[in-house]
Formats: sequence, structure tokens, C-alpha cells
Amino acid sequence: MSSVTPTRRGGRKRARLLSGPGGSILRVVASVIITFFGLLLVTFLIGRILPIDPVIAAVGDHASEAIYNRVREEMGLNLPLWQQFFVYVNNVLHGDFGKSILTSQPVLHDIARVFPATLELATLGTIIGVILGVPTGVLAAVHKGKWPDHLVRIFGLVGYSMPIFWLGLMGLLVFYMKLDWVAGPGRVDAFYADFIEPTTGLMLVDTLLDGDIDLFWNAVSHIILPASLLAYFSLAYIARMTRSFMLEQLSQEYILAARVKGISEFRIIWRHALGNVMVPLVTVIALSYANLLEGSVLTETIFAWPGLGLYITNSLLNADMNAVLGGTVVVGAVFIGVNMLSDLLYRLLDPRARR
Amino acid sequence: MQTVTNQNSGGLRQWLTSNTPQSRFQARCGRTWLAWTKLTENRLAMIGLGIVVALILITILAPVISPYNPIAADLTKRILPPSAAHWFGTDQLGRDILSRLIYGAQYTLMVVGLVAITAAPVGLLIGTIAGYFGGWVDAVLMRITDIFLAFPKLILALAFVSALGPGLENAVFAIALTAWPPYARIARAETITVRRSDYIDAARLQGVSSRGLILGHIMPMCISSVVVRVTLDMAGMILIAAGLGFLGLGAQPPMPEWGAMVSEGRQFLLQQWWVSTVPGLAIFVVSLGFNLLGDGLRDVLDPRGGD
Amino acid sequence: MTSETLLSVKNLAVSFTTSKGPVNAVRGVSFDLGRERLGIVGESGSGKSQTGRAILGLTAANGSITADKMQFHDVDLRHLSPKQWRKVRGARISMIMQDPKYSLNPVMTIGDQIIEAYREHHKVGTKEATHRAIEMLEAVKIRDPQRVFKSYPHEVSGGMGQRVMIAMMLIPDPELLIADEPTSALDVTVQLQVMAILDDLVRERGMALIFISHDLHLVSSFCDRVLVMYQGHVVEEIRASELDQAKHPYTQGLLNCLPKMDGNHDDLPVLQRQASWAEG
Repeated sequence: MSSVTPTRRGGRKRARLLSGPGGSILRVVASVIITFFGLLLVTFLIGRILPIDPVIAAVGDHASEAIYNRVREEMGLNLPLWQQFFVYVNNVLHGDFGKSILTSQPVLHDIARVFPATLELATLGTIIGVILGVPTGVLAAVHKGKWPDHLVRIFGLVGYSMPIFWLGLMGLLVFYMKLDWVAGPGRVDAFYADFIEPTTGLMLVDTLLDGDIDLFWNAVSHIILPASLLAYFSLAYIARMTRSFMLEQLSQEYILAARVKGISEFRIIWRHALGNVMVPLVTVIALSYANLLEGSVLTETIFAWPGLGLYITNSLLNADMNAVLGGTVVVGAVFIGVNMLSDLLYRLLDPRARR
Repeated sequence: MQTVTNQNSGGLRQWLTSNTPQSRFQARCGRTWLAWTKLTENRLAMIGLGIVVALILITILAPVISPYNPIAADLTKRILPPSAAHWFGTDQLGRDILSRLIYGAQYTLMVVGLVAITAAPVGLLIGTIAGYFGGWVDAVLMRITDIFLAFPKLILALAFVSALGPGLENAVFAIALTAWPPYARIARAETITVRRSDYIDAARLQGVSSRGLILGHIMPMCISSVVVRVTLDMAGMILIAAGLGFLGLGAQPPMPEWGAMVSEGRQFLLQQWWVSTVPGLAIFVVSLGFNLLGDGLRDVLDPRGGD
Repeated sequence: MTSETLLSVKNLAVSFTTSKGPVNAVRGVSFDLGRERLGIVGESGSGKSQTGRAILGLTAANGSITADKMQFHDVDLRHLSPKQWRKVRGARISMIMQDPKYSLNPVMTIGDQIIEAYREHHKVGTKEATHRAIEMLEAVKIRDPQRVFKSYPHEVSGGMGQRVMIAMMLIPDPELLIADEPTSALDVTVQLQVMAILDDLVRERGMALIFISHDLHLVSSFCDRVLVMYQGHVVEEIRASELDQAKHPYTQGLLNCLPKMDGNHDDLPVLQRQASWAEG
């Protein structure tokens, strides 16, 4: 029986990104800071390898050499590379990502405007994914080798192999164009777009705050398809991980002890085993949430969803580097932040990690 | 053991050095054969292998089996539905979709192949060095690995491609840059387990250098786990490459890259659904193939890692 | 020993299907148990633990149990539905397992786990159950029951954990307790302490005990009667007080393997085995 424990620990380690199992909160924070600086270094270097001269991009081809040099100095490009990095980090920490060429607005301002749309989509996707994925994974583990298990496996394999943009297109084709069950691209019908007070920026919340039920259902009919699409990928991952964590837990001695006590199988599975599974599962859910924030890039393109992903791709296609790098830093920071959060939550859930 | 004791014994030595690799080769063949028979018992893995082999054959035989030119436009035949002449119909420029699919296979294979031969060795090298030397070398290398691992892959690839400019080579480079960290972690873990084994000590006592030890003795031990992981990751690489192509950042027109083909068909989605559907299905089938094969390989070569 | 028979087992067999073919863990074990303390002794793999689990119907999913008779009071243990089993387990037959590190749920408090065992079989409120649980923790001689009640399993020592286990398994007041190597995971210094607590409670409550162990001397000092198992068979059944008159060479071998304080300091004899013992 004791031979089970190393794999259990190994499984948990695999799902954790930022710190080892024994890491203190201080270590988590330190590793988050280091990782964030690494992210800034990479985006900084990407900005340096640009084939486009940023000075020319700013002043145009016909500027005199004097203007060129002055702007170059203003932009800090005459400084040594490490000082430029220092300036860059300083700017980013002050929320200054430069101006977007496309919108002539500060990039941070743009991101603040578009981010809630992405957040709403990814959050809803994760919620659906967890609500369906965890029970599915549990059932697959309990009925190991029988049809629920095979179903989860096939479902997962298909999910891992499916191009998300293509599935989105097919979803639009079938459910919007052919069946007309859901609304098409965008967050609400164009007709409604001006009526919404962006209090939180989350359409579902704002419409409810306004007490506008029609608008709420309109927003629901728009978000349901892209959110289900993201949910599918999150579900496939969460169900698979839940299954493997459950199988580990169900073979533990304390499950046998619970059976000796005469506890019902239902309670053994959903209280005892799942209670232990929740600990590593939190990390998995966080990881899948972060992945959805990222996966929204392609989904948003297909559903004309005005979020961060669409913003980054549009900027990309227009060679708007400030916007692209700013967006990359923000997504990366959220990614790192979610991981840190899962690490802290893990401590809260696992009594053994609380000290 | 034999090589160690007979290292200095003249005539016998030559016979042994020719003999020892032969027996090691035999042992390796035996092991491969065992793994192979186990793999053939896994029906899903064999389907996966079939798909991958078919992809390779199609790539090689493209000029022979493709019924039409994949690039030459024929505007008299725009977006025709599937028929006996054009099995999957034609696209907006009157090009045969089947022929474009057949020629497009090479781009998929190229992405996978190039990423595998760049990212895997880099990860292997970093992981084995970190695991072998330990201490601060390990700390620094693994911190870098963790930083890359904590990044969002697709976004990072997007940022790279946007800086380098769109194109298949740059897409491959960007994917490779984001793909190596897991291999480094795996290789490090394997290295740490073999680092203290007797045969490594024996080799070290014979005066084998650190470089020789890593390249000749430790790396070969890590290869099978890394290969499994690479195979499992290939589906993901195909999907990222197709995603980049879909966004217009991968292979540029008129190259028949599958992701770009899906994107080109978007405008006719309602009436001429096959233009987008068929290349999307091709991406799905091929990545499913790699996933099935990877799963099977993992079960055979690395039974512990099954989850 | 009273004449009343609590548990009667005839020709019990447990076998497992594995990838390497069937494994017969228990082969034709029979015994009767009254209100007494019965020891089952054997090496690992002798089938002693599987015998205990079969009585509770907790053989692993790949195993199958057959018996000519498995009667506990008026209950035929061979044909119970899951629901009927739950009325027997905990309430009438309970079991203490080897290592509290693994047999207590790590993310539930000790109190919750004890309460759960009690309330499964007694319809009482949380307050009453808490009261009973604290009482039970006192009964296993835990000095600060309030604190332990609120603790998680990793916060208590091995000896304490095993006392918690005893409290948890005895709180529904079972008639038969199976103790499967209850002290072998503990430090030598606390082994006897835990054994003494267990022994006291079994006497006080008039329970029957099946004590499974590899340690013949420990078993003989706490039990009335001993079954010696070898490769799935009972090779000898003997009163604990008459152990020195054991007839079977395997039992004699087990006895001789133990060092004696007054004996000479020669090498301990290695246990000799014969294939014929396994044929029974």
C-alpha cells in the first residue's frame, strides 16, 4: 500500500508549476517575481529583434537625421541594452506599455477596455468545464474500464486533437447558420450594443445590474457557443486529470477504512476520495483557466469577440508591436498570477501544507 | 563488465570490442522487438501509427498521387461541390482541394519534424547538464526552464512570429522556442536517477570526461522518455502551427497549408462548407494519429507515466 | 471462552485474478469463534490479512470469495447486498488496520472521522455525537481529547493515530473486532501501550477479537487461541497457553526463530519449509 504514495506525490508535482511541494509562501512569491522578470526580459528581447526600426515607425521615412536622432534619444534607444531593459521594466511596472499605433491610445487603456470580455468568456468556459468535467472524471474512475471510462478517454483524445478554430467554425455553421439556435459573432446583437452601461465590463453582469432581462438573454445567446467551445477543451483536460487523481485516491487505505466503518459508497466517493482529489485538482483547474485565457486568441477571432485575444491578433496583423507586447505581458502576468493563486489555494485546501 | 575487465588484454581486446557492440546491439534489438510486439497489441496505437505512416507516404508521393496542380488557379472552376472529378470540391480560386490537401501534408510533417529535431535536443542537453552537475548550474537552468514553462505558449509564439515576420520557418522557430522546457524537465529527472548508478561511477573511474558521460552514457538513458513526450506533444505542435496558419502568420499563400486553407474557406462557410471543413478534418485526423501513437508509446516505454 | 458461537467459517477460499494468472491467497480456511480472542499468525503472503478482509466482504475488486459457510450470528455473510453489508460493517464487525498514516483520511479532522463512524449507525445530532467522540478519545487514553478532536491526522504521532483509529472503529460498539497488524507500523516503545489499550477495551466491552499478526509471541500473550497460517492454509490450531507443545514443524520453526533472553548466542535458525505443508 505504501508504494502508492510516491506516485501520488509525483502526480501532484506534475501539476504544479511555480514551486516545489515544500515551498513556503515566501518562495512562491519570490519565484513569481523571478518568472515575471523573465517574461519581461523575453518580451523586451522580442521587441529588440524587430526587423522594423521603431524610430522610423514613429517619425516616418522622410524625417531629417536630426529629428531621427532626437526621437531615437527620446525613445531611449541610444542607451546600452541593459539600461534600455531597466527603462522598459520601470515603464511596465508603472503600467506604461507605450501607445498603440492602431488606436492611438495608451496600450494599457486599450487592454483595460478589452480584457473583461476575455475574462467573461474564459470564466464561463471554466465554470462549465469544472461543473461537467469533475463529475465525468469521477464516474470514469469509479467505472474504470467500462463505458463511462472509454467515453471520457475518447472525448479527451478528440479534444486534444481538435483544432479549436475549426471546431468553432463548425459550431457557427451548425448552431448559428443552419439551426439558428444561438446568436452569431459579437457579444450582443449590434442593435443593443449602445444600450449597455459598462459597469463591470462583464456583459452578463452589466445587463443584470441594469435589470434588462431581454438584453441578458441576448448576451447569453451570444456567449454560449464560444464559452461551450472553450468549456469542451477545459472539460477534456479536467475530466482526464480528475480520473487519474481519483484512481490514485480510491486505492488508498483510508478508503478501505471508510468502508470498514460502513459508510455508503456514495459518500466514500464524493466526500472522502473527492475531498482528497480537490487538493491537486485546484492546480489543474487553475492551469486550465490560464490555458483558456490563452486559447481565447483563436476563439475570439472566429466569434468576433472583442477581447484581448482579438486585440492582440488585430495588432499583430497591423504590426502594432507596442500593443502585441503589452498584450503578451498582460496575458503572461495573468498566467503567472493564476498559478500563484492556485499555489496559495492549495495550501488552504491541504491541511498538511498549512503551517 | 566485460569491457571493463578486458580493456588491456591485447588480442582478446580487439575481438571483444567488435563483439561487445554486437551483443549490445542484439540486446537493444531484443528490447525494441519486445516493445514493438506490445505496441502492436494496442489497436488504437496501431491506428495512430497507420495515420502517421500514411502522412509520410502522402508527403513523399504527393507529385504522383495528386490529381491536379495545387497552386495553379482556374477561375472557371471556382468553389465547385465535391464530385467525381474533384473529390473534395474546389476552392475560391478553382484549385482542387484534394490536391492541396495532399501537398499540404508536407508542411504539417515539416513543422513536426523540425520542431522535434530542434526542441528535443535542446531540452535534452539542458536537462542532462542540469541534472548531472546539480548545484547552481541546475538551479539556474531549471529556473530558466520554469520561466519558459510558465509562459502562455501560443501567445509567446504569436509574439515571436510578429517580431520575426510571418512565414513557416519563423512559425517553426517560434514553436520550437516554446516547446523545449518539458523535455528539459524530463531529461533532468531521468539524469538524477541514473547519475548515482554504478555504471556511471565505473565509467567515471575509467576517466571518461563529464562531456563523454553526458553524451555517451546519460543522454541515451533519457531518450526514450523524451521521445514519448515529443510524440505526445506533436499533436499540440500541429495545432499551434495550424492556428498560426489560420491567423495568417504561418505559411503564406499560395502554399496549401491546412490551417490557412480553413481560414480561406471561412467566407463561404454557409454555402460551400466543404472548403473549410475538409482541411480542418485533415488537421484533426493527423493530430489524433499522433495522440494515439503517443499514448500507445507511453504505455509501452514508460508505464509509470500513465495517467 | 463461552460456548456461544459468534462467527463460523467453513472452507473459506479467496483468489485473485491477476495478469500473471490466478492467485489463491486463502485456501480452505475453517474456524469457529466465540466471545474470545483468536490470533491468526503467519508470514506476509500467508493469507491472514485476506482472511480478515473476506469476513468484512472487503476483498479487492479482482478477487473472489467462496465458502461453504460464513455465518455471523443470524447473518449469512456470503450473500449480502451492499446495503446489508453496511449494516454489518462498523456496527457489528469492525477492523483496525496497520498504519494510521494511511488509514486515516488526511483532509478530514479526526473528530469528523470519528463522528462519521458513530452517526452512520446511530441517529443522533452533531452535539451528542461530538460528546460521544470525545468520550471515546478519553477511553483510548488520549490526554487532550478536545485538541485531538480538532486536529488533522498528520498532526498526531503514530501511536496517537492508532489510538484514534481504535476509537473510530470501536465507537459504534461492534461485537467482533479484527485487528490487522495493529502495532507493526508503530515504534517499539508505544507498541505495548497501544496493545494494552486495545486489550482493555476488548475485555471491558466483551467483544470478540481476531488478532492478525506475524508476531507469534505478541499474539500468544494477548489471545486465547492461535491459528497458524502458511500459504493460505491453517496448518495448526492451538491454545495460546499450550504453544510450547506445538506439533507442526512450521509453528515450531516460527517459535525457534525468536531470540531468547536466556539462550545462547548462536545464529538464529532459518525457517525451514516443506512443500507438503502447502497442500493441506
